[in-house]
Amino acid sequence: MSNSPLLELEGISLSFKGVKAISDIGFSVAEGEICALIGPNGAGKSSLLNVINGVYRAQQGRIRFAGQQRRVMHPHAAARGGIARTFQNIALFKGMSVLDNVLTGRNLKRRSSWLEQALRIGRAPGEDDRQRAAAERVIEFLRIQPWRDEIVGTLPYGLQKRVELARALAAEPRLLLLDEPMAGMNAEEKREMSRFIVEINREFGMTVVLIEHDIGVVMGISHHVVVLDYGRKIGDGSPEQVRRNPDVIAAYLGVRPAAASGLFPHRSATWHSFSKC
Amino acid sequence: MAFFFEVLIGGLLAGVMYSLVAIGFVLIYKASGVFNFAQGAMVLFAALTFVSLLERGVPFWLSFLVTLATMIALALLIERAVLRPLVGRSPITLFMATLGLAYIIEGVAQALWGAQVHGLELAISDAPLALGGLLLSQFDLFAAATAAALVVLLSLLFNRTRIGLALRAVADDPRAAMSVGIRLPRVWAVVWAVAGFVGLVAGLLWGARLGVQFSLSLVVLKALPVLIIGGFTSISGAIVGGLIIGASEKLAEVYLGPLIGGGIENWFPYVLALLFLLVRPAGLFGERAIERV
Amino acid sequence: MLYREAGQFSVRYADDRRFFRLRQDRLGLAALVLFAFIGVPLLGNDYWFSAILIPFLLLSLAGLGLNLLTGYAGQLSLGSAAFMAVGAFAAYNFELRVAWLPLLASLLLGGLVAALVAVVFGLPSLRIKGFYLLVSTLAAQFFVPWTLTRFSWFSNDSASGVISAPPLLMAGYDFSSPAGRYLLTLAVVSALFWLGANLVRSELGRNWMAVRDMDTAAAVIGIPLLKTKLLAFAISGFYLGVAGSLWAFTYLGTVEPHGFDLNRSFQILFIIIIGGLGSILGNFLGAAFIVLFPVLLSNLAGLLPTGLIDAGQIENLQKMAFGTLIIIFLIKEPEGLARLWQRFRERTRRWPLRH
Repeated sequence: MSNSPLLELEGISLSFKGVKAISDIGFSVAEGEICALIGPNGAGKSSLLNVINGVYRAQQGRIRFAGQQRRVMHPHAAARGGIARTFQNIALFKGMSVLDNVLTGRNLKRRSSWLEQALRIGRAPGEDDRQRAAAERVIEFLRIQPWRDEIVGTLPYGLQKRVELARALAAEPRLLLLDEPMAGMNAEEKREMSRFIVEINREFGMTVVLIEHDIGVVMGISHHVVVLDYGRKIGDGSPEQVRRNPDVIAAYLGVRPAAASGLFPHRSATWHSFSKC
Repeated sequence: MAFFFEVLIGGLLAGVMYSLVAIGFVLIYKASGVFNFAQGAMVLFAALTFVSLLERGVPFWLSFLVTLATMIALALLIERAVLRPLVGRSPITLFMATLGLAYIIEGVAQALWGAQVHGLELAISDAPLALGGLLLSQFDLFAAATAAALVVLLSLLFNRTRIGLALRAVADDPRAAMSVGIRLPRVWAVVWAVAGFVGLVAGLLWGARLGVQFSLSLVVLKALPVLIIGGFTSISGAIVGGLIIGASEKLAEVYLGPLIGGGIENWFPYVLALLFLLVRPAGLFGERAIERV
Repeated sequence: MLYREAGQFSVRYADDRRFFRLRQDRLGLAALVLFAFIGVPLLGNDYWFSAILIPFLLLSLAGLGLNLLTGYAGQLSLGSAAFMAVGAFAAYNFELRVAWLPLLASLLLGGLVAALVAVVFGLPSLRIKGFYLLVSTLAAQFFVPWTLTRFSWFSNDSASGVISAPPLLMAGYDFSSPAGRYLLTLAVVSALFWLGANLVRSELGRNWMAVRDMDTAAAVIGIPLLKTKLLAFAISGFYLGVAGSLWAFTYLGTVEPHGFDLNRSFQILFIIIIGGLGSILGNFLGAAFIVLFPVLLSNLAGLLPTGLIDAGQIENLQKMAFGTLIIIFLIKEPEGLARLWQRFRERTRRWPLRH
């Protein structure tokens, strides 16, 4: 593990038609760590992820990834540089099978031209086998073999999320961005997904940045937590540090800890799960 | 110089006719998100119904009312048989359905009334009127006035009546409209009926100008560049777009034609719309869709 | 039920990638191909070759061309006939003006020219999405026939732009008899279909479907949108160009620009809607339907008392029937005849069991 962080954000500001979504955010993600982005809804977490892999362009700020400093990231550069991601509303290719979706994740690993593939000559046949083998490894790892030939649009939600993760993994990325990978899952599915993420990190040394609402999961699997609220960073550190940060507590409860009462009961509930971990 | 203005104004007035057809499109697109390829066929159908009634000696106003009733019936039928089963499908699917619809309507129209041209007399002479040193067609002026009246009528409908409010609600967010109790099928039926009415007016004017014949349904294709320039969701855009297309088409024909060959007006509007799209993908007045990932 | 499928497993990935995994299916295909190449020329008559089989094959090819662009890559196009026209006139000019070019080379070059023109009209697809893209291909559909008529060089200075087929000589054999034209068409169509089937299962085919299903996600995972879309237009244009050339050379014999009008584009669009978007088999089924349906209708009309339905009315009935069928297919079976066939096959495989 090198000393310099894999990903470094500096002074990122993003606005849409005058509405500021992100204000002056900066943090670093070390190689090989799991970093969780948390915060109330609308805090700008998904937008931040979009800035990291180039879907949105920040008006201000810089991104440094794998030693390369950029003013702005382009989606294609991000993909080629080794950033893969999943989306909040599943962005799978609904008309294709699971296997085909996973294979598209490997499109940057191809060397043969389309003509070679069409005529089935040259580098194409051997490469087809290698691509298939790599895809199968990912499919096996995420245990989705039974649905290999199913059209993705027909699968249940939880499975689609796993296929999307498979597609991201198939690209053998250095940095994996996961946008609410456990949204809409029950407790058992969440445990399984958590295990996958931890295994991905430990077995393959993949750096993971994930957005997640379930504080229990966040506390349990992350090395590093960054807290956002109203587009600003209000906490940054280990899970322990963040848990004790008064600004973070205030953001979740709406009031300072001393005055915590039944004023915002739903926020208190989140706080309780926070403090229980 | 006067010649240039005559061509320009002639083009503008011709453009008004395009706008009339485009307005029908905008209505339907606004309320149901469907690009109604069958609009041209509906225009043709309306004109044919009207003309055949006239030819059988039915008085003008009665023919108009009967045709209007027929168009409304057609609209209701379309809503029931085609739109309702295809709710929620992709825009391309809906477009292809209206393509099929256009074929059906054309086939029926031709089967009932044959393929020959019918003359249509609207008692407005085409004699030129001298205005400020320019010669303008009376007919074109009448058409422009009709279009203006139609726009006023439609704005009143949309902004001053309850059903207009419902139409605007559905155009904005169909699900939200449903949840406050607005009945979508009824709204769609109204919209298609109004579009049918607009189609009838357009059909009468075009028919009087060109004779009621099958090339009328090709007018729909000219409406596409109009909509691209003016945006698919704006009536004022349809007017402006129509004017631009009409004027540029005429000017191109007169000034560019001798240089590169006649018959330019067949493709010029499309190339113009294409260039326009490259600069402004949502048209002059249209809404820019923000894609949420 | 018809044959035993058990025991046939794919052991290598290459086996899994075959068009037909079951040995019986492959034998069936081989038999069909054999029959088409050998049986049909021996058994068929001139009417069948000239009026049914050749247009069927060429419309299937044109359907495949449009299907690659619209069904697989999701780029809507109403300009198919224009690209066919480009191919036809380009091939004609190559044959005419470059005397030493063999026939197949002219066909190939005609296709390449059509591919180039298609790319030009496809460039807007990089900025414009979905529906608005129609305007670009419509522009092509109106611009191309105008150009071909206006500049008589294209038609070797003939009045109204008519061109006629060159002698169909290949490797010393004369293919101008109906059976000969059929075989030439069959050979070209088979080769291009084989290529096309490989393409749609390759990386490019997957990229096309990705762009069709969600192009922002496709860009994010590294698929080059520019190259993918333009290749779709180019390859589609190539297929349509070759189909157009053969349409002029082996089917009609003479053709003018207005034979490749908007109605023809609609016809090809109907073929792929009815046959099935994003399917290979669907092109054949859709083309068969389009070619045979009018024949069926006029035969039916012939059964009724004479004078009840005349020829003009048949055309109207056809229009109405096509329109109705499109709507029915879109409502009931959006994946067209290909899907219906697939369901039928599944049923027969399981019969007499239900599931």
